[in-house]
Amino acid sequence: MNLLSDPVGVSHYLIVGAVMFVAGAVCMATKRNALGVLMGIELVLNGANVNFVALGSELLRPGVSGIGLDGQLVALFVIVLAAAEAAVALAITLNYYNNHATVDVDQADELKG
Amino acid sequence: METINWHSFFFLLFASLACVFALAVVLTSNVVRMAFYLVLSLGATSGLFFLAGADFVGAMQLMIYVGGTLVLLIFGVMLTAKGPFISMKTSAGEWILGAIVGGSLLTVLISSATSVDAWRAVPREDRPAASQVTATRLGLGLLGARVDKLEQTDATLAGGMSGYLLPFEIVSVHLLVVLIGSAYLARSKRRAGGRSVGDHF
Repeated sequence: MNLLSDPVGVSHYLIVGAVMFVAGAVCMATKRNALGVLMGIELVLNGANVNFVALGSELLRPGVSGIGLDGQLVALFVIVLAAAEAAVALAITLNYYNNHATVDVDQADELKG
Repeated sequence: METINWHSFFFLLFASLACVFALAVVLTSNVVRMAFYLVLSLGATSGLFFLAGADFVGAMQLMIYVGGTLVLLIFGVMLTAKGPFISMKTSAGEWILGAIVGGSLLTVLISSATSVDAWRAVPREDRPAASQVTATRLGLGLLGARVDKLEQTDATLAGGMSGYLLPFEIVSVHLLVVLIGSAYLARSKRRAGGRSVGDHF
């Protein structure tokens, strides 16, 4: 199996998406900086986007009536929603930083009830 | 020696860039470097989108994600960092636990991604000669007309392949509301003299 001469299939893209998803999930779980958690969320959404685009691609699955253009349309929605989510989460983080002078999520437990 | 498949070559290039920098985001503890690695990882992902024939999504990835969202994140880093190299250490136990959970999750995902026969690569001669430009079809899909599923004659299946006009409207109003709300939430409450603007209310 030669990676350079074999054609690329959907499973190759799914592996890349899986790596990005796991990297984002571990990033969300282990980072103590709230902005690091945000970057982990971006990585997770991007891994999902790779899967959507790969499964909807006509180039990778010729002749298969898969999800068609739905994959790219959903990927566009995910990009827009990720932008909205980043804006809100950043506003909350800035507000928290103004009040507590830190963005450490371990110290955010004083926000409870 | 077989000839190099240039599609596979560029796929390997962009995929390794995306994966390596995604792992670098996890492994570094410096938040400025994390933002930079995230820019590179998302840019390489847009290259993967172009290689999959999704040219419009790749361009939007570069413009919205790399050009917009990441700039927002970097502004957040600059506004909340006390020094140029702020870092918060994660304890070793959390690293080990995260590595175990992440490694097992990655094993499950990769084994399931490679086990489906329909997702294997197809030989080169079966591919379409040139991929169509997707921007027109995507725009029509967002307006409610699906031009890629016109051959679908089954009425039940065709009903599920309607356009995306309502989600498009919902997501646009959602984005407007969210951006106004976040601008209100992140407004500066203190003037230079130390008086709080919120006192008047």
